[in-house]
Amino acid sequence: MSSEPAPVYEPSIAPPAPSPTRRPDGSRKGEIRIENVVKVYGSQTAGIRAVDNCSFDVPAGKITVVVGPSGCGKTTLLNAIAGFHSITSGTICLDDQVLCGPARPKANPGPDRIVVFQNGALFPWKTIIENVAFGPMVQGLLSRKQAYAKARTMLAEAGLRDLESNYPGEISSGMRRRVEIARALMNDPKVLLLDEPYRALDSLTKSVMHEALLETFDRNQVTVFFITHDLEEAIFLGHRVVIMTTRPCRPKKILNVDIPHPRDYSVLTAKRFREYLDETVEAVHEEALKAFAAGERER
Amino acid sequence: MDPTGRSARVWAALSSTKIWRGTLATMIFLVLWEAAARTGISRIPAPSAVAVTFSELMGDPSYWFSWYLSTQRVFSGFIAAMLLGIPLGLAMAVSRAIYGTVFPIFEVLRPIPPLAWVPASIIFWPTQELSIAFVTFLGAFYAVVINVIGGAQAIDMRFYQAARSMGSSSWDIFRRIILPGTLPSIIVGATVGIGIAWAVVVAAEMISGGGSAGSMGGAKGGGLGFFIWNSYVGGSYTQIVVGMISIGIAGYISSALLRKLGDLVTPWLREQ
Repeated sequence: MSSEPAPVYEPSIAPPAPSPTRRPDGSRKGEIRIENVVKVYGSQTAGIRAVDNCSFDVPAGKITVVVGPSGCGKTTLLNAIAGFHSITSGTICLDDQVLCGPARPKANPGPDRIVVFQNGALFPWKTIIENVAFGPMVQGLLSRKQAYAKARTMLAEAGLRDLESNYPGEISSGMRRRVEIARALMNDPKVLLLDEPYRALDSLTKSVMHEALLETFDRNQVTVFFITHDLEEAIFLGHRVVIMTTRPCRPKKILNVDIPHPRDYSVLTAKRFREYLDETVEAVHEEALKAFAAGERER
Repeated sequence: MDPTGRSARVWAALSSTKIWRGTLATMIFLVLWEAAARTGISRIPAPSAVAVTFSELMGDPSYWFSWYLSTQRVFSGFIAAMLLGIPLGLAMAVSRAIYGTVFPIFEVLRPIPPLAWVPASIIFWPTQELSIAFVTFLGAFYAVVINVIGGAQAIDMRFYQAARSMGSSSWDIFRRIILPGTLPSIIVGATVGIGIAWAVVVAAEMISGGGSAGSMGGAKGGGLGFFIWNSYVGGSYTQIVVGMISIGIAGYISSALLRKLGDLVTPWLREQ
């Protein structure tokens, strides 16, 4: 690692860096703009305010990692982008399209925003290849033969060539995550939404997963919105790390992690990496204390 | 098939602890039963006497006709229960309106034992055969419906969300998520249901006097339930035991067939 100037911390939202991610008109891009989003569960007055006046950008073709105390509202935000939950007010845009806003509080789920879930959501009754080929087939974009051919390519790229006839229950949890990411990428999404996908994995598997994700990212340059509690993971993966306040959720600090891609595990010992990590720990710890004081202990 | 592979599998099966444990337990049970009968502790006929009667009945067409009748009644009721119970259970699971309308009635009717329906069904249905089939149907129906509802409602929300975000229509979700996701519960419901159907058909045959079907090619009978009752009336105690064992075997074969079918249609649940 070269000794670089101190990291640039951005107290407010900075315009995203130009993205190499396709167009015109191959298409894709995948910039998300979150503007003054509020989400209240229950009644406006007595309900739980999970997200409050939350604004930040997720630049196209970059990995944006969102960290924050448990229960702060990160997943609520992800679910709103995915179209699983409504928002109370504010706007979420994907490129030029308003996903949800005053006129439509709940976005329609769609293959331009694919979620990789915390506990995985591969269909247990489908084989690996059936899972991976699922999206383009139900959308009627590809015939079974075409979808399987593409799925085989995706699986081969992810190093999972020999597993196509297995069921998800027959492979390791690390492999399941990789299959799930391959399944997501089959849909050529603008945005990958990853909700703590590696939470349940042991640290060795996790490190392999991180490198696999970065490889996948370098190959596909898709926008990634990644939620985690693991701060090392956040800095290691992210171009941008958004540190959230305790509930109600809004950005406390946004870091642009100025460590060049492609990254590998040698980055973890670099001075700049530790500086980013210290800064993140400090900010998150402050929020964790607030959450603790509010009775929201870590699960 | 590779003969070496087959003989290896047979040998592995025969030498498995599970097989030997089961065989040993059955032998101990038979020895104790024989001893209890010979010493007069139990008035139930000894297994050796039952075996003699069993071998005599093997050549009796009426005995096999009773098997045929009971099997036909169980399967007609059971298949009707599956044909009506699976769609109803799925409809109740996916539609709040249907659930809200049907479930209260279903829950009032469900605790009524199928045998309590025997008199009403004899009055209602034009033939005794239909009455018995109806009561058998009821026995299986509730088990099937309850399991289908439970199975469909237990499908993880993530699967729906994943399918939706990959562009699935409602029909895709039904066909590719709800149906396969409920399949293991359908198999469980069917296995439980056919067991109840056997229990119910025997009692219904006893109560209704064997139904209206009586003979085929010179063989006479009224089903295994009626066979037991007739043996009791005629004082043939060994035949009673043969009838009871026959029902046990019939129930076991039915459940084993359904489990096998279940293994075939839910390959993802096979033991790794």
